[in-house]
This record gives sequence, structure tokens and C-alpha cells, in this order.
Amino acid sequence: MPSRSRNGYTGVPPWIYAIAAAGALFVLLPLAAMVAKVNWNQFIPLITSQSSLTALGLSLRTSATSTALCVVLGVPLALVLARGTFPGQRLLRAFVLLPLVLPPVVGGIALLYTFGRQGLLGKSLEVAGIQIAFSTTAVVLAQTFVALPFLVVSLEGALRTAGTRYEAVAATLGARPTTVLRRVSIPLVLPGLASGAVLSFARCLGEFGATLTFAGSLQGVTRTLPLEIYLQRETDADAAVALSLVLVAVAVAVVGLSYRRSRPLPAKEATSP
Amino acid sequence: MRITRGTIPALLAAGTLAAGLAACGGGNAPPSTTSTPGTTETAKLSGTVTVFAAASLKATFTKIAAGFEAANPGTKVTLNFAGSSDLVTQITQGAPADVFASADTKNMSKLSDAKLIDGAAANFATNVLEIAVPPSNPANITSFADLAKPDIKVVVCAPQVPCGSATETIEKATGTSLAPVSEESSVTDVLGKVTSQEADAGLVYVTDVKTAGDKVKGIPFTESDKAVNTYPIATVGGSKNKQLAQAFIDAVIGAEGKKVLTDAGFGTP
Repeated sequence: MPSRSRNGYTGVPPWIYAIAAAGALFVLLPLAAMVAKVNWNQFIPLITSQSSLTALGLSLRTSATSTALCVVLGVPLALVLARGTFPGQRLLRAFVLLPLVLPPVVGGIALLYTFGRQGLLGKSLEVAGIQIAFSTTAVVLAQTFVALPFLVVSLEGALRTAGTRYEAVAATLGARPTTVLRRVSIPLVLPGLASGAVLSFARCLGEFGATLTFAGSLQGVTRTLPLEIYLQRETDADAAVALSLVLVAVAVAVVGLSYRRSRPLPAKEATSP
Repeated sequence: MRITRGTIPALLAAGTLAAGLAACGGGNAPPSTTSTPGTTETAKLSGTVTVFAAASLKATFTKIAAGFEAANPGTKVTLNFAGSSDLVTQITQGAPADVFASADTKNMSKLSDAKLIDGAAANFATNVLEIAVPPSNPANITSFADLAKPDIKVVVCAPQVPCGSATETIEKATGTSLAPVSEESSVTDVLGKVTSQEADAGLVYVTDVKTAGDKVKGIPFTESDKAVNTYPIATVGGSKNKQLAQAFIDAVIGAEGKKVLTDAGFGTP
């Protein structure tokens, strides 16, 4: 594919490249400016301080849990949206995608009124002895809320691209729906699922607004890396910049991973069931 | 040449983009002052003064600014409210401020140490902490010592921000150690946790309790005088209209300013 586009007609006028370069610069320049601000002498002590490591550990743990939750809830949602037919399907998709465009603070407020002490479910949960507010569970809920659409969108797209041919063949050969799902559908969209999960993980890692509003901020319990950066910035700009760089590095790694994973997608016609 | 055909639209586009960006930033652009600094002192006040003030001053400074504009026709006060340390960062990075009012002396010192203020800062208000509880006071809090009781969900500011360092000072002075369920990075977040009734109690400023109205109940405690926050105000060194900046500072320190501040719950230094 790449060789064909290099030699053939690309259809991109030269001036587009100038604006594209400005666009790329707009994204890269602030990152470069931040890297330039890093106090390298202090970098290692700053990112290995007790509070930083606790925050990083909490971020990784909660993001991993939230991603698992996204897979558990998101795969059925994507299947229903891509394969099912029922009234209100479009509306359901619109609502599932809502957290993508909602400001995270709004998500946090919504979660507060659902799982908070005075919330819709919170009151019953409190009676059952479960307290969500100010706990790590609250962080996981906030992250899952904002990251779920990423998984659903990626997977639904992959399912639609994969089509239903192989599934239909498997069904005519006598496979029951669950077997078709397990042996055909899921293996077919595995790259899409993986890239969706990686994107969700990245979104969880960066989650800030909903966590701040809904979960609070306490070292080791609810203060994830973005919250730690926000707090450090008040007194120690060097520490905030150093921690930001760590988050950028993780984000770059994650996006790089997802890019490589999503590449094999178009070549899937070649795979034989 | 083919290049020229492509280059002109590119340049045009780049120009449009730059113009658009400039327009976006226009809101905070330095005022094109009509009065040049250094004119005679009796000259009529005019132009725009940009005031960077701590978030906790929002209600009072909005009022004082309105009074100032009414008393001095031809002047305009542009207000920018944020956390004091954010404002310090903005001014250090060259934001066009004429006046800076900080919620604590520490942040003002950061600016004066960097030689970014003109003359000396004047203290114009004080603020103390107060316990905020939901109106029904579900945990029955009556004193600072009550906050240390087990099973009470208390939310405070993190020690890195002014309200949190005040909390820490009081804890040390009274020998009470709190086990908060959350250490927020701003006093508004603490108040939010109390108004939403997620927390049984929070430590905020007296003025915050007053602003929140009947959404929270304030419980003053005597130990609060162990940590009094002082608010300083100063002219920013890079100001292009120092005369107007000083006039605004005078209005804040003067009788009307003092009344507005006292009504809001601030103390006098």
C-alpha cells in the first residue's frame, strides 16, 4: 500500500502540506516547549518521590481495572450495536458515545448524583454497606465512564468492517450463536478489540475532571497521576513538568502500540476461517 | 512556476490563521491606554486597568470594580480571577496585568522576589477558616476537635495550597490530627463536596461559607485565629497605566472597598 501511494497520484495539492505542517507544529511545539522546561538534574529524584510513585502506581492499577471493565461491558455493547436490530438502536449509540464529547467535569457531576451518598443508587448502596465516594472504586467508575466509548467505537467499527459472511457460514454449519461469537466473531475483530482497549487505557490514564469531581484526591487512594500533577503545580513547577513528561511518555508508548496493532486490520480478508 | 501557484494560497491561509489567532487572544490584550504614564497627577483617570485577583475575591472585586467605573467615567476595569499561584505563573509568563491581588503573602512574595511588582504590596484583607457542614449537620459537628472523630468524612485542602497550609497550621497548633477522606487542590472543590453532602464537614474560608448561602452551614471555631490569611495587593511592574492601577488599589483599600470586603466576611489586617 505505501509504495503505491508514493509513486501514484496522491491528489494532495502542495499548499495543503504547508497547513498540515502548521497543524503538526501546533501539536508538537507545546510538547517540545515542555521538554525544554524539564529540570534534568532533578528529573529522577522528582519522578521517584514517594508521592509521585504512589500516584503512578495508583494510575496504572486503576487504569488497568477500568480497561478490564470497559472490555467486559463494551464488547457486548459493541456487538449489540453492530449486529443487533432493535428499536432505539441509534439513540442507544448516541448515548453510549456521549461521554466522548461531554466535558469530564459534567461526567463527574453525573456520577456523583448516581453513586454519591445522596445519589440515585448511592443511598441503596450505603444501606448495603458499600461506600463509593472517596474510594478507589470511585476512580475506577469515573475512568470507565469516560473510556467506555473508545472501546465501543473501535470495536463496532471493526465488527462492521469484518462483515457477517464468516458468521453466517459458521451458523449454517451448525454452530450455535455463542460458539459463533467465541470461535468466529471475536477472533476476527481481535486487533480492533486490542486497539480499542489500548485507547481506553490511555483515556483512563489521562482522566482528571471526573475523578476530581467525583472521587476526591487523597494520596494512595484517589490521587492519580494527573491529580498529582495538578497539585504539584501549586508549589513545585519542576515536579509538575517532570511528571507531565512521564505521562506524555506513557501516552506516546500507548498510542504507538495501538497504531501498530490497528495496522493489520485492512489485511484481514486474507485470513481464512 | 508551479511552486508559486501553490505558495500564494498557502501564505494567504497562514495569514488568515494568524489573524484568527490574534483575534482569539484579543480578550486579554493590553489596553491601548489614552493616558501616558508620567503626565500630571491631576490628569483625569482614563483607560483600562487589568486586575488579576485571587478566586476568593470574585464577588467583592466585581462589586468594587463596578463602583470604581461608576466613580471614574471613562475607565474600565478588566478582571481575571484564578488561583493565586496560577495568576503568579501567568504574570511571570508576561500576562498583561496592572494590579495583582493575592490570597496569601507567599504568592505575592514570589512576584516581588522576581522584581515583578512596583513598590511595596499593601495588605487589604484577612480571612480565616471555618467549618462548613451540610445544612442538616448530619455528623453533629460543633468544634474543631469533632473533626478528628472516627467515621466522620472530613474534606480539607491539600497542604500545597493556601487553605491547606492554614489547616495544617491549626492542626499543629491544637494538637488535633485530622484523617481527611480527601485533600482537594482548591477550596471550591472542598465546598463542592460539602454542598453535595458527600462529606460530613469541610474546612473552607469564612467568606466561602457566606458565598454558599444556605447550601452549607458555617461553624466558626476559636482556633481559627491560629492561621489568619492575609491578602496583599500591588501594582504589577510591567503595568502601562500605573496611575490608574494605583487608583484602583486605593479604591480597594479605601472606605468603600473596606465595606464591600467586610460585608463579605473578610477581616481587616
